[in-house]
Amino acid sequence: MTVLLSALGGCRILRSGCRGLSQLAELPETHQLLRQTCRDYADKELIPVAAKLDKEHAYPAKQIKELGSIGVMAIEVPEDLGGAGMDYLAYCLALEEISRGCASTGVIVSVNNSLYVGPVLKFGTEEQKKRWISPFTTGEKVGCFALSEPGNGSDAGAASTMAHQDGDHWVLNGTKAWITNSWDASAVIVFATTDKKLKHKGISAFLVPMPHSGLSLGKKEDKLGIRASSTANIILEDCRIPLDNMLGSRGAGFKIAMQTLDSGRLGIASQALGIAQASLDCAADYALKRTAFGAPIGKLQAIQFKLADMAVALESARLLTWKAALLRDSKKPFTKEAAMAKLSASEAATFCSHQAIQILGGMGYVTDMPAERHYRDARITEIYEGTSEIQRLVIAGQILKEYQL
Amino acid sequence: MSGRVLVGVKRVIDYAVKIRVKPDHTGVVTDGVKHSMNPFCEIAVEEAVKLKEKKLIKEVVAVSCGPQQSQETIRTALAMGADRGIHVEVSGKDYDSLGPLQVSKILAALAKKEEAQLIILGKQAIDDDCNQTGQMTAALLDWPQGTFASEVSLEAEKIKVVREIDGGLETIKINTPAVLTADLRLNTPRYATLPNIMKAKKKKIANVKPADLGVDLTSRLEVLRVDEPPQREAGVKVETVEDLVAKLKDTGKI
Repeated sequence: MTVLLSALGGCRILRSGCRGLSQLAELPETHQLLRQTCRDYADKELIPVAAKLDKEHAYPAKQIKELGSIGVMAIEVPEDLGGAGMDYLAYCLALEEISRGCASTGVIVSVNNSLYVGPVLKFGTEEQKKRWISPFTTGEKVGCFALSEPGNGSDAGAASTMAHQDGDHWVLNGTKAWITNSWDASAVIVFATTDKKLKHKGISAFLVPMPHSGLSLGKKEDKLGIRASSTANIILEDCRIPLDNMLGSRGAGFKIAMQTLDSGRLGIASQALGIAQASLDCAADYALKRTAFGAPIGKLQAIQFKLADMAVALESARLLTWKAALLRDSKKPFTKEAAMAKLSASEAATFCSHQAIQILGGMGYVTDMPAERHYRDARITEIYEGTSEIQRLVIAGQILKEYQL
Repeated sequence: MSGRVLVGVKRVIDYAVKIRVKPDHTGVVTDGVKHSMNPFCEIAVEEAVKLKEKKLIKEVVAVSCGPQQSQETIRTALAMGADRGIHVEVSGKDYDSLGPLQVSKILAALAKKEEAQLIILGKQAIDDDCNQTGQMTAALLDWPQGTFASEVSLEAEKIKVVREIDGGLETIKINTPAVLTADLRLNTPRYATLPNIMKAKKKKIANVKPADLGVDLTSRLEVLRVDEPPQREAGVKVETVEDLVAKLKDTGKI
């Protein structure tokens, strides 16, 4: 491949694209080893406890620490800060396997990697990186990301949480809603308006330790799925933080949030892929064992068509996710691909988990089988970190831009 | 005792896979089937790495005999903490007939070449269940052996091994150099952590041919036929204990 392209004039962009494409067909050895490690871990440590964690709404503290020592709580962070120094494709592979075991554990890992450590790594000063990243690489501490408010989710530019300067402190006031990890986190990135007149260009990002005076947590939401991860409001009442705690420059908050969510999208896409794969595994296994009309139901075309549709939805979403990850790793624009990945993966998760229950029949409706948990876990993937509607707007925006030239 | 430990790692069909016999009954289906490191070999690697972490030995060398794909197994050992690997290339018909006798000859030759002070192997492989390689290797080298080890401790120039035997636990003390084989309860193998997977990329795997070691791979065994175990048949219910004893006598069981 490389020789041919050199003969064509050594087009560097094509060459790196081909390396990326061959990675889609066969993963590099390190990535295969990581995927296998996470798969083994999920099989041995997550699948056996996932139902219990879900039933008890219990934070998987032990599992998060173990995942920290495997190195997946800060995959992209360089080794000198305590991370694993690997790329986003590795992150997506790890997250899919973990989520296949337990979707709640997956979202906890995803939020820490993409939404907390990610922006500090990209926009933080050296001092901030040491203080706010290194302790969050081991699984001992996790972080969270506070953008949504009771009054605005998709409409992120309308942040009503305010920040004003008072001497050598910032003072934050407002309420953030739906914050994943809130009850278990040791730090949060809060987005607040510093200059109301500048609208979305007047939003800034702040690093706030937890617990902290002036910061309190609302009640833990009682959710349909991903119940082992905590979701709650974060209430800020004259919460004072040093000026040094601003992340990035004043007014850059919205840009930081949007860029962070681009990457976070791949995390959620991977989580959705894991849920979809778990559903497919469950359904296919059942189809081979359950007999009706004298044969395993896997012999019936109706069931076969369902399994085929599930597999196609899953595999196409997976390839979109990997492609977006490869583009990001090559430092190329990946906004459109990330939105496509998240959209297709989350819709694949809801489709696959829905069909899995259908294939399992009555058994799919009871807690004895994991199909019902996958169905409940899948539903949120079409909503958080950018609803499917927002993803469609992002994709359309990119396409129209391409055609306008 | 400080020095080099050789650990044998075998690539076998993954324990979770449903084994199928080939239609021609010459063996089991291996094409396209998931393979991984023999579970007892994982325990052997873990023990060696632990000894190195305790600074009781200096270097862990992972060895595997087989085709190209055996390198994946060695890489997993490197990701668990082994320092370097040796891939003894055996493929085709030689690989089909590769058994404990040939492997132990290879390990013995390597142990001499690498000046190893300890060889740690799994007690048996889950595909052939031979439970012979460790014992044969020790015999070829005229080294003491501590097999079915559930506990290993290095004391000065000797090794204390607690062995799992039918009657319970047996503790022996053997001289070094020696061969140990790992049993299930020796340790719990670690997961290959991401930093170690990254470090493993830089570790070397040397390629060696059995001929270079002066080993003749000819097998003395010939596989005649491979069959699935007989299907489990339904049992028979009896009314009384006397009936049971009579039935057992009838079928020659007692």
